[in-house]
Amino acid sequence: MNDPIRSGLAGGWRHIDASLLTRNLTTLEADVVIVGTGAGGGVTAELLSAAGLRVVLVEEGPLRSSADFKMREAEAYPELYQESAARKTSDKAINILQGRCVGGSTTVNWTSSFRTPPEVFDYWQRRFGLRQLSSTAMSSWFAVMESKLSVRAWETPPNPNNRVLVAGSEQLGIATGSIRRNVKGCWNLGYCGMGCPTNAKQSMLLTTIPAALARGATLCTRLRGERLRFAGSRISALECLALQADGIRPSGRRVHLRARHFVVAAGAIGSPALLLRSGVPDPQRLLGSRTFLHPVVISAALMPDRVDAYAGAPQSIYSDHFLHQAPIDGPLGFKLEAAPLHPVLYATTLQGFGEAHVRLMREFTHANVLLALLRDGFHPESRGGQVRLGSDGLPVLDYPLGEAIWEAARRALLAMAEIQFAAGARWVSPVHEAATGYTSWAEARKGIAELPLKPFVCRVVSAHVMGGCAMADGAQRGVVDHRGRHFWLENLSVHDGSVFPTSLGVNPQLSIYGLTARNASLLAAELLGRPPPLIP
Amino acid sequence: MNGARRQFLRTGLAGGLLLSFCGWLNAAGARPFAVGEREMLAAIANALLDGALPSEREARRRLVERTVDAIGTEIAGLALATQKELGELFSLMVLAPGRMIIIGVGKSWRAASVAEVAEFLQSWRTSRLSLLQSAYAALHDLTFGAWYAHPDTWEAIGYPGPPRGYF
Repeated sequence: MNDPIRSGLAGGWRHIDASLLTRNLTTLEADVVIVGTGAGGGVTAELLSAAGLRVVLVEEGPLRSSADFKMREAEAYPELYQESAARKTSDKAINILQGRCVGGSTTVNWTSSFRTPPEVFDYWQRRFGLRQLSSTAMSSWFAVMESKLSVRAWETPPNPNNRVLVAGSEQLGIATGSIRRNVKGCWNLGYCGMGCPTNAKQSMLLTTIPAALARGATLCTRLRGERLRFAGSRISALECLALQADGIRPSGRRVHLRARHFVVAAGAIGSPALLLRSGVPDPQRLLGSRTFLHPVVISAALMPDRVDAYAGAPQSIYSDHFLHQAPIDGPLGFKLEAAPLHPVLYATTLQGFGEAHVRLMREFTHANVLLALLRDGFHPESRGGQVRLGSDGLPVLDYPLGEAIWEAARRALLAMAEIQFAAGARWVSPVHEAATGYTSWAEARKGIAELPLKPFVCRVVSAHVMGGCAMADGAQRGVVDHRGRHFWLENLSVHDGSVFPTSLGVNPQLSIYGLTARNASLLAAELLGRPPPLIP
Repeated sequence: MNGARRQFLRTGLAGGLLLSFCGWLNAAGARPFAVGEREMLAAIANALLDGALPSEREARRRLVERTVDAIGTEIAGLALATQKELGELFSLMVLAPGRMIIIGVGKSWRAASVAEVAEFLQSWRTSRLSLLQSAYAALHDLTFGAWYAHPDTWEAIGYPGPPRGYF
């Protein structure tokens, strides 16, 4: 298998692994410094470099590529994820899966691709004055990115794990849809979450970042953006800390980056944290607030036949039925999807221990897992979380789980159990410390109605972090404008999921790609004194 | 004042003091497990993995030791702040006063039976104190993560491992 990243490096791409620096580096200068190499940073790097701008990318994680992707959890989680895939909210009640490597979460996501739903744009227009953004105005930008990243219908039949969602929903008259995926020549292996070993996933690692590097961009890895230096309304430099090879401890070496413009794309936990550390103006105290997670509750089932949920495209079927039962700002709606299962992910998520845990693990190959992603940030009581800085200057996320969340969680656990039984499950259980499972829908309906729903007792996870540097029509209610431009510092942009003023109700990658394609194009035109792009 | 409430105050206050003390002990951050910590983690693994571990004494001991080593590797991959918190938790669990007040186990971890440790784990799992619930969750995730990361545990669950072939 050819590894295009290793070939590119051999061909002279500029890559600085900051963990190998033996002294401080103070001479690097560019037109634009981009902090982060995920969905936002990747697209920005490609478009700016294509316009002829000199770009430096800063990535805290390592550069890893297909030759390194061995499909082993024990290697993939510590190498490719924030905090070894064990990042948590400050109270430890929510586990957050977030990438930390070149390509960010796009390197390890499950390839699910959805445009931002029209009702979300409508809500943003009404509540945040974002009249420039709509499904119509954004459709060309989504189309550009779908074409570039091969986002297409997935023609292969869904794996048995996803088939449970189709079969059960069909029985109950619940509509499902097929998930489009950003893959090219996918082998249908099922290991997207550990980095694609066959270079099929069209992540930032394989698309935009190689394109930028081929045009002379510089990629710095194992380098943490520490502080933006600014005077008046202009940023002059980004101070960075080099990390040791473990990716955790600073090595003591520093890197000082100068540029005309700075793009922060460190994800919805990292971006607000960098701006907070830098002390950028924030008179309304909006930075880091309204951070959303699509809190996920989980329902496990045992099916009569083998499911082998580790094999095949992880997510190919979804249902939005329960997103459309009430107004968008009413009781929280939820999206249903399946989850791939691998031994560590499944065993750590599953409740209980000892003999009870072993019994479930022995049926690993018959297990189906459904996820409900709660659409937070619309209901007046769903205000999300707050990113703040811990004593070490690193981000901490407080995310209180309130009644609005738990009310929806109960409906979601009921809906998933009903679907799983309708699909023929012989046993279903919410992932919940007090649940021992049910053998019929009647039993589940009664049991789930009575379950205490509280942090820790009911397992809540997240793979989507959004908000914290929200866009709006003015500095009274937003950190950046609809172009991602900071309201107070003229040469600062935010290009990632942190600009969303609510959650999305869909897996966020394509929403970030589309909006960033637009905003990076506007930025390139401005920096070069050219007319803005012709697509609206 | 009912018993649960009294217990809450006692545990809350004494636990808080102990945690600060252990925090001070651990100010230097992560380091290799001390002997007492290894014994504690081995006792925890013995209970959490009961049923997955073989019953034969020597084989079981060897696999428990391997799991404790793997827990150390997992912890080394966590944020430094988390490593420090786990260090505090482990100190609390290992020091005799902590063991008695928080855990209610007077004897040493090595002497505790699987049933006794399971009872203690269950009490944390169902505790009203989020600190103890989160401590249980940490021990649960670290131990099961360490166990099922190892390829020789996969056969028992029917997992064939990652595909091999044209890579």
